[in-house]
Amino acid sequence: MTLSNPVESEQFSFSNNTFYIKDTLKMANTGHFVKAYSQIVPNISAREITIDLSGLEHIDSAGTTAIHHLTRQLSQKNIEVITKGANASVKEKLELFTLPDEINEKPKADGGFLYTIGENTIEFFKTYIRDFILLMADVFYWSMVDLFNRRQRRKGAFVNQAITIGVNAVPIVVALSFIIGLVLALQSAAQLQNFGANIFIVDLIVISMMGEMGPLITAILVAGRSGSAIAAEIATMKVTSETDALQTMGLNPIRFVVVPKIYGSLLTMPFLTVLANVFGIMGGMLAAYLYLDITPEVFFNRMPDALYQKDILTGIIKSLVFGAIVVLTGTFFGSNVENGAEGLVKPPPNQSWPP
Amino acid sequence: MDKTSNIIEVQNLSVAFDEREVLTDVSFTVQPEQITVILGGSGSGKTTILKHLLNLYPSPENTTFVFNKDVAGLSEEEQTEFYLNMGVFYQNGALINSLTVIENVALPLEQHTTLPDNIIRQMVLMKLGLVNLKEAAHLYPAQLSGGMLKRAALARAIIMDPPLLFCDEPGAGLDPVSLASLDQLILDLREQLGMTIVMVTHEVSSILRVADKIIFLEKGQIIFEGAKKEALESDIESVQEFFGKGTGK
Repeated sequence: MTLSNPVESEQFSFSNNTFYIKDTLKMANTGHFVKAYSQIVPNISAREITIDLSGLEHIDSAGTTAIHHLTRQLSQKNIEVITKGANASVKEKLELFTLPDEINEKPKADGGFLYTIGENTIEFFKTYIRDFILLMADVFYWSMVDLFNRRQRRKGAFVNQAITIGVNAVPIVVALSFIIGLVLALQSAAQLQNFGANIFIVDLIVISMMGEMGPLITAILVAGRSGSAIAAEIATMKVTSETDALQTMGLNPIRFVVVPKIYGSLLTMPFLTVLANVFGIMGGMLAAYLYLDITPEVFFNRMPDALYQKDILTGIIKSLVFGAIVVLTGTFFGSNVENGAEGLVKPPPNQSWPP
Repeated sequence: MDKTSNIIEVQNLSVAFDEREVLTDVSFTVQPEQITVILGGSGSGKTTILKHLLNLYPSPENTTFVFNKDVAGLSEEEQTEFYLNMGVFYQNGALINSLTVIENVALPLEQHTTLPDNIIRQMVLMKLGLVNLKEAAHLYPAQLSGGMLKRAALARAIIMDPPLLFCDEPGAGLDPVSLASLDQLILDLREQLGMTIVMVTHEVSSILRVADKIIFLEKGQIIFEGAKKEALESDIESVQEFFGKGTGK
């Protein structure tokens, strides 16, 4: 089978209201044949057309489809079609591969631009927001139940999750927050120097790291590292019917799988955030020393003036919220998987988990 | 070397993974328009042979010939040409989950031909009609039953009208009724399209229905090669045991 054959113009021709097809009509040249007759058919005015296959020796399913398609097109123009001259093998193939009836497709509602926006918004709320809220409520309920009822609690599950989500993330959180603190201080140093406000580098670093950057960096890293892992784990469990197995064993999949992750995340995120704060500030301190000649001693002395209890508490509370969101989001996308791993990208609508 | 009468010819193929010998001196032929069944117990080397025939495992030179060509050392272009001449029907269907049935079946045509979209669509529906799956054209593989999945995979395997079709355990996981209808479909394909079919299977009922020729493997060696009738009358213990147990004798 060669698919790169050049078009042999002698293979198809049209004259005296007759299509002549010679030699072979296979996948390699059918495309050219279709192109050729598509240009001819609209200009035909005769009431009778002949398709002469006497020179045609070989045909495959592509060729038969094209001949049937040509016949159908001509018939739709109320032109009578006479097919003649087909040898036994070609005739057999033409009878075997008949043109199928079109299948009925669901007509897509087209109510214009605003209609589409409205429909997509409703779909978004139904698919994501409503189900996410339901999942959140479910997880909260089972977390509370698990807190006060030790039965069915898997031994070691919570510690394992704390290690997976929290402890194993320490190196990357420490390294990145140190670098971000360093870069933040470096970028600000030049500006502050212009105004002679070198000492305020301490306020800038401490407030931004404690209040915003620390919790945010930690959350982003944990989401990238553990959130996707949670989604993949739960998706695999769903695809391989492990969640069904849990249910039929009388175990609630959320309590069994998600609650330990929530506990692990809630316990370790504040610690990770504090670590991110400390190392971010250390990075800033290094940059302040190198570029603004602010010694660590001066930096430490200035810190209590810049730091308020409120900032520390806000950061910790944020980390708890981020921790819960990371686990819930991973669980949500993982549990919506239906069509294999591809479902991770686009969960099918109207599906909830557990089913 | 002239091997015009054989679609496939394997000569003294021996394969070892690390130091474990998987195939020992395997030689057999596959004739055109026949259904050749390769069978044997687990670990007998069936899948390894199939992968060598499909050139998924590298074969030593002058051991594996498909369409009279040595599969060892095919260039990139020859390899594409080689694969265009065959369809492969995988055990689990191997359909692409993110595409609908119609998109899955159309994929080879879209990639390898210059056919316009409307002709491709008609061809796909035609082939889906051949396997009685036209109504499921717009479903995703995850929405299909086991039998439907197999039929969709078969439609994809035959979309390019390949003269050679490989079937890897086509009946695995199917109920007897679905299996019988799949076998009938395979027989029809051979009958109507003149395909040469190489099938790897365990299903005795299926073998009895479709096989023209049987190649029986044991511990990496061919212990029987011949027509179905000969296999049923064979006095080789393993072959007797296989068919005896399978037919409830």
